[in-house]
Amino acid sequence: MIKNNMTIKIGGEAGMGVESGGSGLTKALSRGGLYVFALQDYMSRIRGGHNFFQIRVSTQEIFTFVDDVHLLIAFTKECIERHKHEVVKGGAIVFDESLGVDPASLKEQGVKACPIPLSKIATEIGGHRVMANTCALGATAGITGYDFERIKDIIESNFRKKGDEVIQKNLAVAKAGYDYAHDKYAKDFEFKLEPVDTDPAKRRMVLHGNQGLALGAIAGGCKFISAYPMTPGTSVFETITAKAGKYGIVSKQTEDELAAILFAIGAGHAGVRAMTTTSGGGFSLMVEALGLASITETPVVICEVQRGGPSTGLPTRTEQPDLDFVISASQGETPRIVLAPGTIEECFECGWRAHNLAEKYQCPVIILSDLYLSSQLRCIDRNRFDITGIKINRGQLLTKEQLDRITDYKRHLFTENGISPRAIPGHKNAVFMTTSDEHTEYGYAVEDIEPRNKMMEKRMKKYETMLHEDIRGPKLYGDEKAEITFVGWGSTCGAIREVVDRLRKKGTKANFLQFVDLWPFPADKTQSYLEKAKYLVAVENNFTGQLAGLIRKCTGIKVDAKILKYSGRPFSPEEIIANLSATKTTAPARRKGGDPLFGGKKEAKIHV
Amino acid sequence: MSKVDDFISTEAVTWCPGCGDFPILKCLKESLVNQGLEPHQVMVVSGIGCGSKLPYYIRTNGYNSLHGRALPIAQGIKLVNHDLRVIVVTGDGDGLGIGGNHFLHGMRRNPDLTHLVENNQVYGLTKGQTSPTSEKGYVSSTSPDGSIEFPANAVLMGVSGGATFVARTSSGDPKHMTDIITRAMKHKGYALIDVLQPCVTFNKVNTYQWYKQKVYNVETTADYAPKDRVWAFKKALEWEEKIPIGVIYQVEGIPTYEEQVPALKEGPLAYQDLTGKVRADAEKLKESFC
Repeated sequence: MIKNNMTIKIGGEAGMGVESGGSGLTKALSRGGLYVFALQDYMSRIRGGHNFFQIRVSTQEIFTFVDDVHLLIAFTKECIERHKHEVVKGGAIVFDESLGVDPASLKEQGVKACPIPLSKIATEIGGHRVMANTCALGATAGITGYDFERIKDIIESNFRKKGDEVIQKNLAVAKAGYDYAHDKYAKDFEFKLEPVDTDPAKRRMVLHGNQGLALGAIAGGCKFISAYPMTPGTSVFETITAKAGKYGIVSKQTEDELAAILFAIGAGHAGVRAMTTTSGGGFSLMVEALGLASITETPVVICEVQRGGPSTGLPTRTEQPDLDFVISASQGETPRIVLAPGTIEECFECGWRAHNLAEKYQCPVIILSDLYLSSQLRCIDRNRFDITGIKINRGQLLTKEQLDRITDYKRHLFTENGISPRAIPGHKNAVFMTTSDEHTEYGYAVEDIEPRNKMMEKRMKKYETMLHEDIRGPKLYGDEKAEITFVGWGSTCGAIREVVDRLRKKGTKANFLQFVDLWPFPADKTQSYLEKAKYLVAVENNFTGQLAGLIRKCTGIKVDAKILKYSGRPFSPEEIIANLSATKTTAPARRKGGDPLFGGKKEAKIHV
Repeated sequence: MSKVDDFISTEAVTWCPGCGDFPILKCLKESLVNQGLEPHQVMVVSGIGCGSKLPYYIRTNGYNSLHGRALPIAQGIKLVNHDLRVIVVTGDGDGLGIGGNHFLHGMRRNPDLTHLVENNQVYGLTKGQTSPTSEKGYVSSTSPDGSIEFPANAVLMGVSGGATFVARTSSGDPKHMTDIITRAMKHKGYALIDVLQPCVTFNKVNTYQWYKQKVYNVETTADYAPKDRVWAFKKALEWEEKIPIGVIYQVEGIPTYEEQVPALKEGPLAYQDLTGKVRADAEKLKESFC
């Protein structure tokens, strides 16, 4: 018997309750004290197609999914066809018996076929077919031996708003599914689940990256969010909006993304912490305003949750294609900060830290996330989210008392570090102007050479101050000295960490440099790590290896190999390991020549 | 009490001699004085264009933004500090062309803003190209055979789009303009003013003389009924023969956008505490994810 270490995959058409069943099961497992990592995969359609929800369970904290599936819950034939090969020997496939799947066809690969009358039970006991996913939830607990009380608990909280009758019907359906699966299949199924701690006081939070980001922003005093819906950025907006009434936040859905960032810039100028959220397409529309925020020195936070590009691309799929873009997007050269969280905890931290940095440097701060991170669910201890411990730093924002004493206020005053004392409009002593034109310290347009040069230097001076005071070097995971060093950013971090763990277990010294602060690039804090690296491998969800390019541009160091994936799907640890050996067989002498895309000698580049 | 001198900026005005923007600047200052407003209480947000240089030439808080983008910035500012009296200044290309989407959606929200569309029916700062309000047949470097588009009509768009105050005035009649600006600013909600403002350098058709012959004060006509939207539509459609000036449509008692936002009930957002509420509720907030 293998206890509390398995992967359950639930799949079916959109509209069949794959997502609600999956998130219900995730919570039910979390409330049993288990660690869960859940991956969601869905198509850009509301009904039909094929979606799945993949839940990895462990007693140890986990940061990635893995390829092996132990229990497949299939609502459609297509789901079985697509995923049966992922099921390990001894694993099982639970499916609705009305699908008419021949169990013998599955037995060949050593997989147990477990037909259950899911929709029949749902109709006969619950009164509606739609409860088939509730029945499957019960059956999952039944076959794995998981405590039904945990399922009951989740059904009760999920349906509380719908009233007692709905709760009772769902409970009856779940119990019938539980009993059927338990009696018929549990005995022969060796992967088991068991609660390890059910104390409500110790319950972990279950949240995805966008919720982490929203939570961080709220905790960091974000008082204003304006956005236009765009997958996968929308749930940051929705999470903050849901809490807006309670915490005194203004939330505004605007007519387009241009307005979304401009509302936020207006709000930032008038004195609050403001943000907007979008994906690559919406960010494209925001670019002109990014230049505006930079030249008017207005704090604003932009969450760019990447998806597969180019153009509309893969709307519900993951990719990391926008790093180059967000770093350089603007008319003219303008200071900004780019942060890329890799875990949900880092999403939380970036959520509040971005607002501190935006106000300190009076410039745009971009949080660059991606779909995989935005929608992955994890169980996380509550103390990782230190809401009350966050230090708010509003930088050079002038208080009312300071303004009462001020004379001859200059909004864009030249200073040593490039940062000017910032007033908000409304005080008698600081009636001021600002403009998107190049300007004087008073904010009046100017075209003369000397003030232009000085103002440009003032703005760009902020980069030096950022690098000196705030921008962090990469996080080192694994061995101090290693045979192999991975570089990566954003959502690949979970899989890369597990790769490092697995290599080390096998006796290979390995480490991982994870970049959260990406721009301005912390070259000085990176160089020594990279120079020490014996074999440097970039792992990125894009075609060109944009971090590798950035490293080369800023440090002169070229990676030995790139493992790149742009299929719209995230990396699993197995996939990285499998491709690692391929890089070694094709890798030329390191750090010579250029990139094949742009001429020069070829390096090892594996497209997954 | 403020006086006109309080609003005088240090900046030298760069408009062409005789520009229709001069009366707008003068009338705006007079109106602010008439209303007893002081410079720090006022925020002027503009787009880009000749007329959008106005914030440089008046001593109030000013934000000279991007071409077409004044309205969303102004709405963001107003939502954060509704004590500020926010005036939006755009041109016709700026406000109705490149910023057209913001115009359509801004007015249906009824934010408490006064929006002056400085309408000279031409692109002035880029040297005379056809604008959204240029007449059909208008000849310019970008329409050498004459424009083949119908002109946009700001007043008509305002009446149909949900503006709660729609007026037109003319740079040729400063007294009228001061009065209209004051009434627009006193109106609670979105107030649109279409300002007929000749470009003396590039528009040789729609001149002071041309406007003078065409405009009439609609408020002195026998059937004047600005609360009647159907009447307002009729007046908004007038252009070829005669051009009505004055308040064409006004509906009062519609709540402003800011009045309906719960977070603003405790006063301007800009002066509210940042994290007190969320810190006090931190454990419950986390519990909601468990």
